[in-house]
Order: sequence, then C-alpha cells, then structure tokens
Amino acid sequence: MEFFKIKKDIPFMKHALLFNAISFLTFALAVFFLFSRGLHLSVEFTGGTLMEVSYSQPADLQKVRATVGTLGFSEVQVQNFGSARDVMIRLPAQKGVSSAQQSEKVLTALKADSADVTLRRTEFVGPQVGDELAEDGLKALAFVVVGIMIYLAVRFEWKFAVSAIIANLHDVVIILGFFAFFQWEFSLAVLAAVLAVLGYSVNESVVIFDRIRENFRRYRKMNTVEVIDNAITSTISRTIITHGCTQIMVLSMLLFGGETLHYFAMALTIGICFGIYSSVFVAAAIAMWLGIQREDLIKPLKKDTDPGDENSGAVV
Amino acid sequence: MNRYPVWKYAIIVIALLLGVVYTLPNFFGEAPAVQVSSGKATIKVDTSTLQKVEDALQAASVSAQTVTLDGGSIRARFESTDQQLKAKDAIQKALIPDAADPQFVVALNLVSRSPAWLTSLHASPMYLGLDLRGGVHFMLQVDMPAALTQRVEALAGDLRSLLREKDVRHGGISRNGQTIEIRLRDAQQLESAKRVLSAQFADLQTQEVAEGSEWRLIASIKPEAARKVQEQALKQNITTLHNRINELGVAEPVIQQQGLDRIVVQLPGVQDTAKAKDILGRTATLEVRMVDESTEARAAEQAGGLVPFGAERYQERDGRPLIVKKQVVLTGDNLTDAQPGFDGQTQEPVVNLTLDAKGARIFKDVTRDNVGKRMAIILFEKGKGEVVTAPVIRAEIGGGRVQISGRMTTAEANDTALLLRAGSLAAPMEIIEERTIGPSLGAENIAKGFNSVTWGFLVIVAFMCFYYAMFGLVSGIALAVNLLFLVAILSMLQATLTLPGMAAMALALGMAIDSNVLINERVREELRNGASPQAAIHAGYDRAWATIFDSNITTLIAGVALLAFGSGPVRGFAVVHCIGILTSMFSAVFFSRGLVNLWYGSKKKLKSVSIGTVWRPEGSAAVKAD
Repeated sequence: MEFFKIKKDIPFMKHALLFNAISFLTFALAVFFLFSRGLHLSVEFTGGTLMEVSYSQPADLQKVRATVGTLGFSEVQVQNFGSARDVMIRLPAQKGVSSAQQSEKVLTALKADSADVTLRRTEFVGPQVGDELAEDGLKALAFVVVGIMIYLAVRFEWKFAVSAIIANLHDVVIILGFFAFFQWEFSLAVLAAVLAVLGYSVNESVVIFDRIRENFRRYRKMNTVEVIDNAITSTISRTIITHGCTQIMVLSMLLFGGETLHYFAMALTIGICFGIYSSVFVAAAIAMWLGIQREDLIKPLKKDTDPGDENSGAVV
Repeated sequence: MNRYPVWKYAIIVIALLLGVVYTLPNFFGEAPAVQVSSGKATIKVDTSTLQKVEDALQAASVSAQTVTLDGGSIRARFESTDQQLKAKDAIQKALIPDAADPQFVVALNLVSRSPAWLTSLHASPMYLGLDLRGGVHFMLQVDMPAALTQRVEALAGDLRSLLREKDVRHGGISRNGQTIEIRLRDAQQLESAKRVLSAQFADLQTQEVAEGSEWRLIASIKPEAARKVQEQALKQNITTLHNRINELGVAEPVIQQQGLDRIVVQLPGVQDTAKAKDILGRTATLEVRMVDESTEARAAEQAGGLVPFGAERYQERDGRPLIVKKQVVLTGDNLTDAQPGFDGQTQEPVVNLTLDAKGARIFKDVTRDNVGKRMAIILFEKGKGEVVTAPVIRAEIGGGRVQISGRMTTAEANDTALLLRAGSLAAPMEIIEERTIGPSLGAENIAKGFNSVTWGFLVIVAFMCFYYAMFGLVSGIALAVNLLFLVAILSMLQATLTLPGMAAMALALGMAIDSNVLINERVREELRNGASPQAAIHAGYDRAWATIFDSNITTLIAGVALLAFGSGPVRGFAVVHCIGILTSMFSAVFFSRGLVNLWYGSKKKLKSVSIGTVWRPEGSAAVKAD
C-alpha cells in the first residue's frame, strides 16, 4: 500500500514566500500572546504549594474555595483535576510559613468540612528553586541550540545550521504561544517536551538536508530550486509516516496518560505538527534565501575520500 | 550482498539473551518483605544478625520464602502481608530489646519476586520512582551563612579565653557578622595578639587597621577553612537526617547531597507524611550556654531593660525571659546520645545525655567553675532560639554523663530526648521543595504509563505491518527489541523509573520507528528506480544509515542538554530519552538488517520483496542518476 503517489516533484519552493509569510505570521502571533498573556507557569517555576485531594463524591469547588479562603491565603486557585472528585489547590508561597504547615492547615480545614477527603499529592517549591529552574531551562535551550548548530555546521554547512535552527526555534515559540494563548499550565514536563521536540524536529530538517546534499551530487543538471523540490518530494512520504507514528504514541499518552501527561503530550502534538510544517516549508526555504549552492556541499575530491561520510562512494 | 557474518548474528543473539535476562525481573512483581538495617553507625548488620533473624522467625513459626543478607541489610520475603506483619513483630522483639534505644531499623518493604538465579546475576527490576510507588520527597537547603556565623562565634569565644590565658591585654573582642574584631591599645599588644592568632588559629586570617593610636585587628575565616566548615556542616546534617529517618523505620530512604548546599531526602512508601515532615522539619540546632547571672542581667530579665554586653535574651518554654551569655559552651556536635528515663530516687522523668570526650572535658571544667549557677540548653529552630531547659549545676560533672531533670512530663522527656538523640544539625535547614505522592496515585500512574506505552506500541506495529508488509513486521519486531533493550539497560543501571520516564519510553518508541520508516522508504525508492530487490535492500540500508545517524545525533544533543541541566522529573525523562536513542540505533539498523538478511539474504534469485506497494509513475521511466 502506498499513500503518496506523486508523479512529479512538487514545486514547494515556488511558494516559499507564501509559506514563510504564514510562518512569520504565526510566529508573530505567538510572540504577541507570549507577551500579552504570558505563560501560566506551574508551581515548579513560581514557587508555592500544590495539593491534590480526592473526595469520594464529586467535590463542591465553591465550598472548597470558601474553606481554603478562610485560612487567609491571598491567591488560591481551586480547580478540578482529571475527574470531578479530584481537586487541585494551588497556594502561593508564603514567607516564614513552611510548606508542611501550609498543606497540613489546608487539609485539616478540609477534613473538618467533610471527613472523606484524602490527600493524594502535595508539591511545594520554594521561590529560589523556581528561579533556578527557569534559569536551567534557558541554559538547556541555549545548549541545544548551540550544540545542534555546531553539529550541523560541521556535518553540512553553516547555512543549513542557521536555517534549521531558525525553523525549529520558530516551532518552540509557537508551542509557547499556544500555551500562552490557552493559558495551559507550563510545567517542567512541558519544558522537557519542548526541548525534545526541538531535537526531534531538527532531525526532520536533517533528513531533508541530507537529501538535498545527495541530490546536488547525483543530479548535476538540476538547479538549486529543483534540487530542493526533489529532495522534499522524495522525503515527504517518510516525513508524514514517521510523524504519524510518533503522533500515534503521543496520542496514546494523551488518551491514557491522564492529567499529569496531558500537557506534555499536548506540547508534543503541537511540536510535531509544526515540526512537519517548519522543516518542509520553512527550513529549506531559508536555506534557499541564504543562497545554498552545490559548491557549498560538494567540496571537489576532498569530500569523496572522507571516510566519515556514508554518502560518498557508489552512486547507483 | 545481504549476508551477515556469523559474528554479527552472535552479537545479536548475545544482546537478545542479555536483554531478556535483565528485563525478566520486572515481570515477577513484588512480594511483601521485612527489611532489617542498621539503626546506628556503630552497629553492623552481618551474618550473626542474619542468624538472629532466622531464629526469631523460627521461634514465631513464620516461614520466610527467602532470607538474604545483601550489603548492609537483611531482607526476608514472605508469602502474604499477614505473615509479613507477624514476622516484623517477631524480628523487632528479637533484635530490639530496648525500644528506647533501637539498634536496628525493622521496616516493611516490598522485594522482587524474581527467582534466585536471576538475583545472583544481579538482575533486578527497575527501581520505581516516588511518583510510581508513593512516598515523600524533600529538598532541603542548608543555611551556610548560619553555619559560618556559628563557627566564627565559637572561634571568638576560644580567642577570648586564649588571650586571657596568655595574658594578652586587649580592648574587647566582638563578632561583627562573620568577622571578629579585636581592639588593641598599642603596637605591642597588637604584636602579641597577632602571635597568638597565627600560632593557635590556623583557620583565621587577619587584617590590621590603625585608628589613631589604637589598633583594630580584624580576623576572618580563610576561604579554604570556610569551605571545610560548609562541607562538614553538610555532612553532619546528612548524618543527622539519617538518624532522624531511622526513627521513622523507612526501608530504603535516599539521603543525598545535591550541589554544594542542598540535601535531597526521599522516603518511598511512607504513608504518614505528616510525621515524616514533622521529624525532618525540625531544623533544630542545640547549644549549651551559661545563664548570665550578673545584676544587670537580672534586672533586664525582670524589668525588660537593656541586655548587658555579651549576652542575649531568650525565652523559656513557658514564656519567661532568660538572659544568656553569647559564648557557646557546647554544641550538639559534642552530644553522642540522649535517652529519656526516670530518676532513680524521685521517679520523675529525666533525660540522660552522653557527651563525647571533648564535650566531657569542657563540661567538667565549666561545671567545676560554675557550681550553683544555671546553664541553659537552647534549641534553635529556624534562627529563633528557645530555652529548652535551664538547670542549676549542682556539682562538678565529669565523665560526660549528664542528667537533666525537673518539671518534665514523660512525653516531654521523650520528645526532648528524640531531638537530642537524633543529633543536632550543624546548620539550620529549610525545606525548599517537597513532593508527596499517595500510594494509590502511584499505582494509577504506573497503569497510565503502561497503557500509554502498550497502546501506542500496538497501533504503530499494526500500522507498520499493514503499510510495509514483511518489512513492517521486521520494523515491528525491531521496535519490540528496542523496548526490551531499553528496559534491560534501565534495569541494569538500576535507574529510577518515573512517570516522565515512562513518557520518554513511549516517545523513544515513537521516534525510533523513524529509522525503520526511513529505511523502508529508501528501499521502496530504490525498487521504484529499478534496482533489483537485493540491491535495493542493500542500498536502502546503506543510504538511510547516514540520515539516521545525523538525525539521532541532533535528538541526542537535546537529550544530553536535558540531562545536564534538568533536575528531578526532567532528569528521569532525559535518562530514558538518551538511552532510548542509543538502543534505537542498534535495534532499528543493526538488528532489523540482521532479520532482513536472514530472511532474504540467502535467496539468490530474489524476484520481489514484501514491502507493500512499490508504486511507479505510469509511463515515465524511473528517474535515473545522470
């Protein structure tokens, strides 16, 4: 069976300007929402206490809110978590009061209200830890960006490195934009997902770049645009199938993974969808604008004897 | 062309065997067990303890499935939780004759049901993280400036007495933050003070400031000495936490240093989180000081006036103020043991303290010089001091055995003793991160993670078989092998599996299939271009390898970044993610090629391969390289 019966190379690059305009627009929107709404950061980043309690009956959120409100916390969030019987309570960090005291106090108050409440989970993060996490997250992001750029620059060409990173950072910003727009909770797990997506969708660009390099070598009569079009066309079926498979896994997490993995899977889903778009339509186009040429990739003679290059040697 | 030499098959077979052996323990589940470990640094769990445990079980007629001594602990495995509880009581009675002084920790635990031959190969199941088994996680921050201040205060005290001893006159010594200031009237005093300092206080560096005709000598702790103080503070706090946690009877507590000034504590399976928090959260330091009995101090005590120089005001438990000298006589460091008990004559509850040699010597000197005066034992919790008790010194106390008595209830004596016995912390600590996961939530998380992996895996394999036929089946098997290796390596490394780790496992599988898709698409393409089946397989694998390698490296870079900068849940994710990428390169390329070679490689006149439809554009010749 075959989904992709493509007779001729699809002229992707003819529409490169349009694609780039679309992605620039999405990018701008994402940045706008990031700044206007900001991220709804989880307790891990902001510091504070998170409690998950469970009732045997569907919980009355109003009552829980009122009970917790009487304890004198300034900013309390009470919401359902997963099911109607599970309630999540977020308390801001308070100076001088230990987390243990905070959660104990809340639990006793709730217990006094209805005895069937059980504590399922608490999480307390001091403010200093939150700052560090944000800092470490940015460091990790920088490490990934620099590492991938160096690798691609060595293995391919700096123009590819730059375009791959631009294309994929734009994915990252768009994921963040989604989280800002819907005010989904941005937790450590989501951060991990974002970085994993960055590595993953760069590998998407790598597949296409690999093919562009190979095409430059094989089809000496094609010009750059034709080479890129051919490369994208011949890898498109692999791109869709691979991402489809990864998405199956992510979907499975979305369906079975419960509330804890929900946003993690959500970030991956967005990342995968935009990853396809950006590596197919954006990365190659940027490389084209940057003026990628046959000479950039095929250094006469020298490359052919490079033992590290698996593509050297036989041409069928 | 598509044949593997025998050694490559040998590698595959060996890898598979190892994979199966190390994955197996995960399938046996867990059995109730009782774990005995040492409750004190001086007590060792050895074969004699093992004998005692076995005897105790025999006496109680509880039959254990296995009783093993492993590292520093004994584990006895039982058929049911009923027997487990019975056995715990029996062992506890046999090993701990005196409940007030437990030498062993006897705790309920779960151990793997895997057979002995697997255990002897060091094949054990993956270690489940707190979010999967339930328990408490704390991160504590040690207040290092406080540790330094305390050290400087002690040094200032030592300096004061030494200068007096050596008859060096000075115009006063005071601590100013983390420096000690000594006022000196003239250059001669300065010289002799400096001599004493350089001879006796190797940890201090000095700086002199001229003030008219007077001199000020400013002493501060040398950086390397400060570092040592901090290291010791951290170490002592960890030891103290160990002791406190032993009181809780947790089977496998994790107490680790993290960074320069943090300690991570994980207590798996602890149900009573409130008690755990309470015991850990007592960030107390203990100091023994003399009560200032001067008339000014008395006045300050009664009227609330100005506190005399060199003294501080603290409150007793009942709220009465007490003026105490700043100089520290003893700290919790010198305390080796504390037990609640009853006085032989009055039968009132007391606390018996035992001091180390240095403490005993100091205590003897101090009590000899101060008979009839009061000394205060002050407990500092989060920087605030409270006088626990301020007994009157009745006589010189030598030998390091001290009894505190007076107006205590039994519960109070127990409480005080527990705190003192657990040792005091070298520096105050604060909980900066805390996670509690109920046991039911842990079980749910396992099910969630397991379901995600299983369903995703099944759907992908079904799709691959459908789309790529025989090659899809090979890809599916390769994916299964990838999962096998991933679990085997995680078990071998005894890595901690968490829910994010399970998510990473699912994601690793979802990404690993990429390599097989690349290969299969490449083979199809070669066929489409008119290559013979054997040549297509060969070229497909060869060409795809470069791409697979490149794309996996970029993913690995992201994984390594997460590993390097991530903490907690992110780290668990990153470990699995990275290992998953590495195993996928082996299984998707090397292993699947082996399978394909085995199937097709020997067929000399292969007409077609089963890789689904190889569609060719009608009429147009295949694109040829020019």
